[in-house]
Amino acid sequence: MAIRATGLTRRYGETTVLDGLDLSVEPGTVHGLLGPNGAGKTTAVRILSTLLDPHGGTASVAGYDVVTQSAQVRRHLGLVGQHAAVDEILGGRDNLVMFGRLSHLGTRQARHRADELLEQFDLLDAADRSVSTYSGGMRRRLDLAAGLVLDPTVLLLDEPTTGLDPGGRREVWQAVRALVAGGTAVLLTTQYLEEVDQLASQVTVLNHGRVAAEGTPDALKASIGQDRLDVVVRDEADLPAAQTALRAVAGDTEVDLDGRRVTATVTDRVAALTHVVRTLDDAGIVVDDVILRRPTLDEVFLHLTGSTKEAS
Amino acid sequence: MTWALRDSWTVTLRDLGHWRRQPWDVLIGLAFPILLLLMFGFLLGGAIDVPGGYIEFLFPGMLAVTMAFGLESTMTAVSQDVQRGVTDRFRSLPMSRGAVLLGRSTADMLASVVGLAVLLVAGLVIGWRIHEGIGNALAAVALLLLLRFAFLWVGIYLGLVFRGQGGVMAVQILVWPFVFLSNAFVPISTMPGWLETLSAWNPVTATVAATRELFGNPTVAASGWASENVVLLAVVWPVVLSAVFATLAVRRWAHLGR
Repeated sequence: MAIRATGLTRRYGETTVLDGLDLSVEPGTVHGLLGPNGAGKTTAVRILSTLLDPHGGTASVAGYDVVTQSAQVRRHLGLVGQHAAVDEILGGRDNLVMFGRLSHLGTRQARHRADELLEQFDLLDAADRSVSTYSGGMRRRLDLAAGLVLDPTVLLLDEPTTGLDPGGRREVWQAVRALVAGGTAVLLTTQYLEEVDQLASQVTVLNHGRVAAEGTPDALKASIGQDRLDVVVRDEADLPAAQTALRAVAGDTEVDLDGRRVTATVTDRVAALTHVVRTLDDAGIVVDDVILRRPTLDEVFLHLTGSTKEAS
Repeated sequence: MTWALRDSWTVTLRDLGHWRRQPWDVLIGLAFPILLLLMFGFLLGGAIDVPGGYIEFLFPGMLAVTMAFGLESTMTAVSQDVQRGVTDRFRSLPMSRGAVLLGRSTADMLASVVGLAVLLVAGLVIGWRIHEGIGNALAAVALLLLLRFAFLWVGIYLGLVFRGQGGVMAVQILVWPFVFLSNAFVPISTMPGWLETLSAWNPVTATVAATRELFGNPTVAASGWASENVVLLAVVWPVVLSAVFATLAVRRWAHLGR
């Protein structure tokens, strides 16, 4: 196992932010750690990267214990945190050479590795420009490159695509896929279902520091069920009629009075949509909006935990 | 040990790289104490009557004040690295454990040596002179750098403790009354009694008085044990401050993961 954690626990003062996390990640796979803000994802990453001591449980990375063998862990680990943790004033190449030297590569070796990474992440043109002139996507790529200086066997990615545009997001995904194909184990935290869908072969869903669900993305999607159909009516008085129309094609329905909205989970998407639109039209109910969509992360957590997500 | 030194030097080189990238920042940093020197020397100095001339009196004070202000730049650099996650990246690398702090202190000391040299030249240009020979002058420079070293560790510790922008700003403001509560700009005998006592024990006062003696610049006699043992205090104060704050900073660093 590239990463193995058992009963990992961490408190801040009175709050338990990580409560008994079990995790195992195989080499050459991406394991998604999914959860809202404050679920404990970053805390888990910080413990696995030896930045934070656990208050309970044990964890090993690349076969080394993160507490008692932290020096060996750091030799096999790449960390890409939420900030672009690079020197803003120096150029991209200088940054990578510095991190290479600090990872105890020889000076020539560090330069060579920096050039390799700059090429791999398409940063050669900007290599000698100050990082402060980089775009968000370029910074992210440089940050990712900095985490790969030592060609780590385990890579920890903490929300690597937060704040990136779709293009930048795809670039990061491609880089991650290439690494995994080369045998690297990746632990990826994210708030996006789609990201897990794209990359991960296994997912652990965290909520309030506890494991709410785990399995393959497909199994997870099956368990959180079907698409949602939202109907927004113009007149609040029409809500009961709209609900009746939805009940005919769906199991659960839920009414949101303020939003004049009825939401239903549906299995047969097209049939449900046609039926609802026709029924409402026949009844002469004025509809402001009809939306057919995937469940939101909030709904996933509602489903998995039976409690609504707290604002973090 | 060799890794510790090599890693520290790599961290130091990072700061030297900043100088090359942002020469204007360096120049502004060098110009600021010269500006203060000119303001106090020529705008306010005319109204301050000190035997031997105000420029000669003021200049050693200005040198020590510049060393004390170094606390701000050290603290800012340390707290920015913590905020931006650079400290976390360093801590996740297989580098030597003490290298970040050692490299930071080396870089800041180098910057201070350069800053001090520039300021000494500026002083000579506006009429300040060394009267007691080069040996004593070098001893004075050593005392000034010792003071910088002490405030460097205060800065590292504060930077690790107060991570927000607010903490840095508060220190930037509080450093002013701290350096003015000394003999750097005026003789402390002109202050109200309790302020005079407080100022007499300020580490900045000890260094200023000792460097005035060593450079042969005018001193204004003050009474009390602290004022009669300035050279001793100019050594003991920085050594004690360095020992206390380096210990605190290293402990804080080692316990960042707790």
